[in-house]
Amino acid sequence: MAEQMMAADGRTLKSSLNRALRRQKLRALLLIAPLLLFIMVTFVIPIGQMLFRSVENQIVSDTIPRTVQELASWDARTDPLPDEAVFISFAKDMMTAVEERRHTRLGSRLNYENAGISSQFRRSGRDVADMGEVIADQFIALNPAWEEPETWVTLLADPDWIAADPDDRPAFELSDTARTALPRTSDVYAEFARLAQDSPRGLARSQPWNMVYFALHEDLTATPAPDLGTLASPLLTEAATAASGFETESIRDAFIASSRGWGDTALWQTIQTYSPPYTASYFLTAVDLRQTPDGIERAAENQQIYVRLFIRTLVMSLTIMGACILLGYPVAWMLANLPSRQANLMLILVLLPFWTSLLVRTSAWKVLLQQQGVINDLLVWIGLVADDNRLTMINNATGTIIAMTHILLPFMILPLYSVMKTIPPSYLRAAKSLGATNWTAFWRVYFPQSVPGIGAGSILVFILSIGYYITPEIVGGTSGIFISNRIAYHISSSLNWGLAAALGTILLVVVMALYWAYDRIVGIDNVKLGG
Amino acid sequence: MSALPIYATTGQKIWHYTFRVIVGLILFFLVAPILIIIPLSFNAQSFFTFTPEMLALDPDGYSLRHYRDFFTNPDWIRPLQNSLIIAPFATIISVSLGTLAAIGLSQSHVPYRRTIMAIMISPMIVPLIISATGMFFFYSQLGLWMESALGFSRSFTGYVKVILAHAALGIPFVIITVTATLVGFDHSLTRAAANMGATPTQTFFKVQMPLILPGVVSGGLFAFITSFDEVVVVLFVGAAAQKTLPWQMFTGLREQISPTILAAATVLVAVSIVLLTTVELLRRRSERLRGLSPS
Repeated sequence: MAEQMMAADGRTLKSSLNRALRRQKLRALLLIAPLLLFIMVTFVIPIGQMLFRSVENQIVSDTIPRTVQELASWDARTDPLPDEAVFISFAKDMMTAVEERRHTRLGSRLNYENAGISSQFRRSGRDVADMGEVIADQFIALNPAWEEPETWVTLLADPDWIAADPDDRPAFELSDTARTALPRTSDVYAEFARLAQDSPRGLARSQPWNMVYFALHEDLTATPAPDLGTLASPLLTEAATAASGFETESIRDAFIASSRGWGDTALWQTIQTYSPPYTASYFLTAVDLRQTPDGIERAAENQQIYVRLFIRTLVMSLTIMGACILLGYPVAWMLANLPSRQANLMLILVLLPFWTSLLVRTSAWKVLLQQQGVINDLLVWIGLVADDNRLTMINNATGTIIAMTHILLPFMILPLYSVMKTIPPSYLRAAKSLGATNWTAFWRVYFPQSVPGIGAGSILVFILSIGYYITPEIVGGTSGIFISNRIAYHISSSLNWGLAAALGTILLVVVMALYWAYDRIVGIDNVKLGG
Repeated sequence: MSALPIYATTGQKIWHYTFRVIVGLILFFLVAPILIIIPLSFNAQSFFTFTPEMLALDPDGYSLRHYRDFFTNPDWIRPLQNSLIIAPFATIISVSLGTLAAIGLSQSHVPYRRTIMAIMISPMIVPLIISATGMFFFYSQLGLWMESALGFSRSFTGYVKVILAHAALGIPFVIITVTATLVGFDHSLTRAAANMGATPTQTFFKVQMPLILPGVVSGGLFAFITSFDEVVVVLFVGAAAQKTLPWQMFTGLREQISPTILAAATVLVAVSIVLLTTVELLRRRSERLRGLSPS
């Protein structure tokens, strides 16, 4: 075996080198770490969160948990409507949701899937407080003590909680005996107590919701009869005996009376379909499909807008890219072939737009392209266009394409120029001296060498244009807008954030694929700014 | 292409000049829209086109009224101030973190160099609307947390949010320009400095920094202009109190278009000309310093 080489400190040379290398790596990583952390926290995580939002659907099971649980066993094919138990759970869930003002949010969420639901939620949100009143009135008629908030607190609260200083009480706690003896009552009352405690009146002065009385009635009439144990007080025993004789009310009828829509099978199917905490529905909507109880089907004709919008975004981006190649190639050629002093002057003309504010360039186009704008005035003055027949060049696809070609052109010229600069002019001269015509020499010799520049510029222009928002928003009208404008609309106007996130995710995947291709072809390190 | 050879045929001559005219027209397309708003901004009327008085070069057709409005109307002054508050802070964050990271990345043995680079450049590549959407959700939570847990005022957190968001957007530009400067950096210089007894900090500030300074400054200018010109993210992350100049222009263009926009645009064009000149001069200086022939 060969002797291993030794470094001065007695280690083997190999381990010594490794150690030095490790230290170097560590130092490099330490320098990079702060920025990496910063980008991760301020950029990568936010985007990851947004992607998550496109499948997240916890709002349904968070807002109406009991209903979701009860509804799981319902089968629309055998029963046109869920049974009373579902409606009772729904009334309890709605009470909490209404008090927390969350029911309208759930209504809007479900409205994306079945138009009209949100108005049902809004209407019944006002009526739900009255449900269970029949039962509540009978309890109070039996013994006025049931009207007192105090009665309920003593019945259900944890003794330690009652003993605490009333001015500085911790969050409400149920007693264990109440929880086992009167499970339904405790369940509803706990939510009531939590909300009442935070209200200005406080728990001590708030009469429980009707649904609390309703739940107590449920508990007392349950079979087998509840074992009241230590809870048994004259008041409760009296109620327990009387409860079976109470006049009852149907919560289902109450809901349908409040708003007819609750009697609609399709509505409950929608709630059932969208109960799971994660959903693909936003993605389906984003490609004009919808999830129905019978499976996935195409969205209604008049709602099929997203696929068309994606295609339009792609087609317009390709058009802009093509226009940029067409306009950028001659300029880059000229730049690469002029003597450096003149080329530098010309380069400034290219860099000036590059450095000018995007808003400035967009406003310039808005001013120029208007019907009463400079270009139309000029055309009328020349006589090409009649004064009463001015061209419509703005608020449509034409406006977007013109303005965006102008804005993105420097991103095509600069990479093209940097590639063309490296092509020796002698190749063209050699081709010509071998008998090639000007065109053959260009097409067979020069052009193939400039293709990497075209590739780099095209991907760059395409990536930038596909996600453009500002310019289409200002000069695009309705026919010249991109998918980004729709995303912005869903974020700030329609508030359908899940759909915005799904559309954004699809767009991001496309851009990332192109970015990956760009990295493969050009290399991220080779991106150059300003020549 | 440079000069027409003496033996060129008529056809070649025609093509030579046609080509120049074509290129001239394309350059005109690039520059004219920007330049045309300059005279239009001096319009005495509230029109967006040249009035007959202006075409007749009548001094009465021109006025500074839109500039007066721009510099006195609080609708424009506030946004201008906000832009001038947000952009410098965002630039400082991007430049300091970005320069360190670029130096780290330029070392010879960096594991996962490609991935790290891709992550750091991504804010430039990810469509702004997607960045804005992601940041919208994240920063509203962050803002609430800062207000409740740290007890900052609402307007302060508003600025912090926008500054952090803009700093993230500016970082790719700093990374790219500083990395480009470091490509030509002679690492034997730092070794020589170390050899003569300089500490790593001294080496950094006395040897490395002066040489890469042009790259750092132009990266900083890029980061500055990114923030100064940014509208999508601030629209989503900021509140009305953080309205920036581009935001005001955007609202103006979308809702009631007032000619003051042209005055604002002209001021911005002047700013970009100054920045462009600075960057260009810096680039040449850097190439001279590094011993490359200025191109």
